[in-house]
Amino acid sequence: MIRTEFLCKSFGKLDVLKDISTEIKKGEVVAIIGPSGGGKSTFLRCLNLLEVPTRGRVYIDGVDITTGKVDIKKIRQNMGMVFQHFNLFPHKTVLENVTYGPLKVKHLPKAEAEKLGLDLLAKVGLAEKANAYPSRLSGGQKQRVAIARALAMQPEIMLFDEPTSALDPEMVKEVLDVMKDLARTGITMAIVTHEMGFAREVANRILFLEGGRLAEDAPPDIFFTNPRSERACQFLEKVL
Amino acid sequence: MMFHRLDSFNLNQLYLLGQTGLNLDFSKIVPSIPFILQGIAVTLSFTIVSALIGFAWGTVLSIFKISNIKPLKWFADFYTSIFRGTPLLVQLSLIYFATPQLTGYAIPAFQAGVITFALNSAAYSSETIRGGILAVDKGQREAAMTLGVTYPLMMWDIILPQAFKNILPALVNESIALLKDSSLVSTVGALDLLRRGTIVASEKFIYFEPLLFVALIYYVMVMSLTWVAQRFERRMRKSD
Repeated sequence: MIRTEFLCKSFGKLDVLKDISTEIKKGEVVAIIGPSGGGKSTFLRCLNLLEVPTRGRVYIDGVDITTGKVDIKKIRQNMGMVFQHFNLFPHKTVLENVTYGPLKVKHLPKAEAEKLGLDLLAKVGLAEKANAYPSRLSGGQKQRVAIARALAMQPEIMLFDEPTSALDPEMVKEVLDVMKDLARTGITMAIVTHEMGFAREVANRILFLEGGRLAEDAPPDIFFTNPRSERACQFLEKVL
Repeated sequence: MMFHRLDSFNLNQLYLLGQTGLNLDFSKIVPSIPFILQGIAVTLSFTIVSALIGFAWGTVLSIFKISNIKPLKWFADFYTSIFRGTPLLVQLSLIYFATPQLTGYAIPAFQAGVITFALNSAAYSSETIRGGILAVDKGQREAAMTLGVTYPLMMWDIILPQAFKNILPALVNESIALLKDSSLVSTVGALDLLRRGTIVASEKFIYFEPLLFVALIYYVMVMSLTWVAQRFERRMRKSD
């Protein structure tokens, strides 16, 4: 479903990603972990071209999106993204945030979009906040709305960029619970996270990025108990 | 025509030299008050029309300025430098006196004024709007992009509403400056507040009273505009 070949990204002289080749299959839940500055977020953002790779290829459903010839808007409609800082539209209500994509991009009729929006808000447990503005919500609630907004486009892939890093500790669980429910629906997920417990429990695979390289690619039970690379051992010692 | 009027100004000043000292007599201008007050409508409609056109054109220019298309950016920068680098009165005179010479169209004073002020105000407000757009968090843009929203729609629905909200106080200041500068159209003979004041003055050979009265009206208008803007801003802030 997603495949990268020798993906490189440099910011000026700084090489953030070095030859990342990997594949995420349909229905897989992949956690991308590693130390700060290791290139996790950059890798994720290259998958929907929020960052344009310096070299290498990214294939989505077999289509190379780095050629500049594909309509990236169409590809992005099928790849929801959730950000560390939520990025809700502050001048729109919760429901308007969620229905914006379906209305303006997919041109769904208003009634249909609102029904879809309310269903999704109910799924993330926020139906009663439909008419509130984002500024009235807690961090955890904002992030759940952001997840609903991304899901409203009914994407086959969901990208999560440190979805719980900006949250107060007591709000982390409510967001992770929503993501766990989502993982069970069979949607393809790529999650950059520092939540090791969550990664271990929910992910099918762990990608460990360190110094811009894919240092380890393993199922969670193997990665967390028996990592091959020394870097991963050191990292796990610090965080577990 | 302009020089003729200036001549009569000087004659009146000579006449005044004979009777110095401060003995205000507002009763003399009472019959002319309705005539002066009609200038409020002229000055206000002039300001509003110029501000609206200037704002719309300024928004377009600001989008040119942040565009990746170099010629558009050059054009907008050059345009701004011209209108900021020459005196407003020179621009007004050029448009008022040069238009008939170039096109044979005897442009009415009001029209020449609106065109000059709109073009001029667009140059100034385009800088303000550009700043407002750049101040919108880049996450907003990314959130819209990941939904697959087109660039014009993203600008219109997501970025500009937030930008305008941020720069509302600056835009109000711009309109206040415009309201005050609008008195310059009296130099080409438009019957605005100041022009009416000077007409009354030269008819009755009293200067202080009608001009002071005109100044008071400007002051009240500017203060009311400021007050309305503050209320408006407070209400906008509540929706955050």
